[in-house]
Amino acid sequence: MTRITMTVDGVSYSDEVEPRTLLVQYLRESLGKTGTVIGCDTSNCGACTVHLDGTSVKSCNVLAVQADGHEVTTIEGLAENGELHPVQQAFHECHALQCGYCTPGMIMQACDVLKNNPDPSEQEIREGLEGNLCRCTGYHNIVKAVQQAAGAMSSSSASSASSAGSAGSQAVSS
Amino acid sequence: MTITEDRAADAATPEIGRARTRKEDARLITGRTRWTDNIQLPGMLHLAMVRSPFAHATITAINTDEARKAPGVVGVVTGADIKDVQGAVANAWPITADQKTPDHLPVVVEHVACAGEIVAVVAARTAAEARDAAELVDVDYDELPAVLDLKEAVKDEVLAHPALGTNTSAVWTLDSAAQGSGTDVEDEIAAARSDGVVIEREFRQQRLIPAFMEPRSTVCDPTGEQMTVWTSTQVPHILRFLVAATTGIPESKVRIIAPDVGGGFGGKLQTTPEEFATIAVARRLGKPCKYTETRSESLLSGHHGRDQWQKLTLSARKDGTVTGLKVELLADLGAYIGVVGGGVPVLGAWMFNSIYKFAAYHFTVRTMLTNKTWVDAYRGAGRPEATFAIERMMDELAAELGRDPLEVREQNWITHDEFPFTSVAGMTYDTGNYEAATAKAKALFGYDELRAEQRRRRESKDPVQLGIGISTFTEMCGLAPSRILGTLNYGAGGWESASIRMLATGKVEVLTGVSPHGQGHETAWSQIVADRLGVPFEDVEVLHGDTQISSKGMDTYGSRSLVVGAEAVVRAADKVIDKAKVVAAHLLEASVDDIEFTAGKFGVKGTDKGVTMPEVALATWTGHNLPDGVEPSLDADATFDPENFSFPHGTHLCAMEVDTETGATSMRKYVCVDDIGTIINPLIVEGQVHGGLVQGIAQALWEGAEYDDQGTLVTGSFVDYTLPTSADTISFVTDHTTSPSTYTALGTKGVGEAGAIASTPAVVNAIVDAVRPLGVDDVVMPCTPERVWKAIQAGRAVSTEGDRDAQPHFDEGAPNQDPGAASPESTSDGSQS
Repeated sequence: MTRITMTVDGVSYSDEVEPRTLLVQYLRESLGKTGTVIGCDTSNCGACTVHLDGTSVKSCNVLAVQADGHEVTTIEGLAENGELHPVQQAFHECHALQCGYCTPGMIMQACDVLKNNPDPSEQEIREGLEGNLCRCTGYHNIVKAVQQAAGAMSSSSASSASSAGSAGSQAVSS
Repeated sequence: MTITEDRAADAATPEIGRARTRKEDARLITGRTRWTDNIQLPGMLHLAMVRSPFAHATITAINTDEARKAPGVVGVVTGADIKDVQGAVANAWPITADQKTPDHLPVVVEHVACAGEIVAVVAARTAAEARDAAELVDVDYDELPAVLDLKEAVKDEVLAHPALGTNTSAVWTLDSAAQGSGTDVEDEIAAARSDGVVIEREFRQQRLIPAFMEPRSTVCDPTGEQMTVWTSTQVPHILRFLVAATTGIPESKVRIIAPDVGGGFGGKLQTTPEEFATIAVARRLGKPCKYTETRSESLLSGHHGRDQWQKLTLSARKDGTVTGLKVELLADLGAYIGVVGGGVPVLGAWMFNSIYKFAAYHFTVRTMLTNKTWVDAYRGAGRPEATFAIERMMDELAAELGRDPLEVREQNWITHDEFPFTSVAGMTYDTGNYEAATAKAKALFGYDELRAEQRRRRESKDPVQLGIGISTFTEMCGLAPSRILGTLNYGAGGWESASIRMLATGKVEVLTGVSPHGQGHETAWSQIVADRLGVPFEDVEVLHGDTQISSKGMDTYGSRSLVVGAEAVVRAADKVIDKAKVVAAHLLEASVDDIEFTAGKFGVKGTDKGVTMPEVALATWTGHNLPDGVEPSLDADATFDPENFSFPHGTHLCAMEVDTETGATSMRKYVCVDDIGTIINPLIVEGQVHGGLVQGIAQALWEGAEYDDQGTLVTGSFVDYTLPTSADTISFVTDHTTSPSTYTALGTKGVGEAGAIASTPAVVNAIVDAVRPLGVDDVVMPCTPERVWKAIQAGRAVSTEGDRDAQPHFDEGAPNQDPGAASPESTSDGSQS
């Protein structure tokens, strides 16, 4: 067993884990973060996607011990102050989910796509989400949702940047 | 957490037809989900399955000693340990009285009939410990010869179940002359052979895997007086019945809950070995047990879909009028017959003739047992196979006649003024307008412009050719009228149940017997009830998927939820209104006959007096002032049995570009116009269509379950079973025409399977259309670049040699087999027949 310490959705945890424990298993079984789910055993489906230090990772592809000392954000920590993240809101408005099983991973990956490219083309969105499988939606509305979120995020960051100086600059400049 | 709603509710606007965003979403987008695998109970044990690596074998010994000693292991259970209590996996639809149905034990005792069968179950404190210990179970097998190929199975040289004496499970026939719904197909074909056109083709419906995103999971808590089972299923009510019927546990002692269920597509309409095994082990150990499959286990042991050989003979007059259609199917059931089993191809029997006015029709299916994973319903279940065959044949007929394939279809389809129309298969279609859907689709697609571009590119010998694929499909939804099911030997009814509870605070609870897993029933049912009872959308709560709450139901599959399930909801709501009218009349001191109910208000004719539904509900709850003899309850139940199926239809047009030098294909445009009757929620409908389209397109282009010659599934993970990604697909153009069904109160027809049914032939027709001038008249699915390239090479070889047979016959060698199966040089003799 190995002791690890990490921050997940703003809370600090310290646990003994078997070295072979996957990050997703640690999140689900030890921390009860069941919003993050497992859809395959070959790291193809992306249902378990979370953010590790702000970058998307498939948490089935990371050992819990590798996340020691790092910061993890899951779908459960994405909304802030009771307000949905613009990507969550867009998924709802665009009907970008049906059964909802791929949705946590898809939203986390979409956030990462938009962080790296705030104004992606349809093709860039499609390629950015290529590692996340969905069986219900045919991706059509997921792509629309990411486009809508991109618009919402750029207009909100533009307005906050102009009104509050540097507050929105990170999103604008990245 | 609140979701910001942009669309302000306008009380005057009907809910039906409104693009409501879904009630279900709030928890799904924030991770507040209740998947079965999320459930943790005190003292819960985790199960791991020991599965057979062999496709066909006899178990000679199982040594569990090492596994039992492993850390955390509480028990190791073999089939022999539970053989009298584990129940059985049932087939609900023996398609003939003499169908051969192999016994299907959840945990095999002696005979393994396909790879992946459960041989032993390990229960341990953690999932990891259970899996580790499963590796220590030592099983001795005597391997038996396995029959894997469908056509080989017919020969009965190797038997999948030696005890049955044959691999043929059943032969089922529908014949228009015999049942009096048409003429004799052999007469029509003979006439066409002498003075007409006969098209003969053989198509392969490859084996597919439903591949829902949530792997199946079951938790069984045996500790209460009533055993509770949470499971990732489409069919909690059917499971409850079959657990009781096959284990002997009284039905009243079984509670099944389908919590959040992550997709199904037919793949979760099964009652599974894993469910029965989990129940048996939990009861044996007296502890809650959880089993969650890995994706690899899911692909191997969850049932598969499709898998048919289809032999088609279509006869027509020289003017293009179709006269006869003969369908001969070989259907692979795999090792066992699932809950629907041979009923899947039978469901296609009424759909091969589709929207066309054939004079004669004959359908025969031979269902076969092999040593592969069992096959059952996958989105469309019988109708995609039928639609593929007929839509490919209509294109082949048009090619033979040298005419536009849309024009040939139009010449033969039922016109809008001919409804209701009884088909040659004997189904009465109530409404439809194929002309309207096609006209709209052509306009959205730019059909004429794309045909002009196709001509230009053919003339310029563009290495990338353009093909246009058509699918003017219909299907049957709304499983199913119980009387019809009875005549087909199905083991249950096809009704659906609903209850409405009027709460004192004016809120409404709707209990529905259907069991959604992504379809958005909570939203759509709320819209329907809000309109019917005149209450706000937000005040309706839809409850489902728990046999203790919605105690009666036949669950969700076969596009039945809306057209059967919601019809029961409507009838329960009408009963509530009838009961409330009596109370309202009393409160308003009027005669019941003078009470009018509109927009949630009970009024007295000719006055402005009135009370609202919530006011009546409160008055009923207090019971202070009710008419004599009236019970203090507005609650009502209804069970609805449909009188017929419903028949959605649509026109799907697909443009594919094919690189003739590499065989690579890419989708340029996809337009569909579906007529699904009245639309409750356009947002949900679009989503269903999009998802269905991609599943159908995936059959055409990418997916296929493949076995090696040992009977090992080689597409056993998501690395090899290639689900499409966002980068493989395009955005679609979807639209609608509406001819409401006359069979349903709401006018709905069903949409869950339409996209998957219609799209596959549209894509393949487009690919074949692109390369037909190169001598290609079929590409076997999935149409991979390799297969397309080989078909082009084979076609060119034949064209060059000039011996291409324009009107092939089955008797003259193998018909349109996979050109990829032979080398380009050697295919000029047989592959193009």
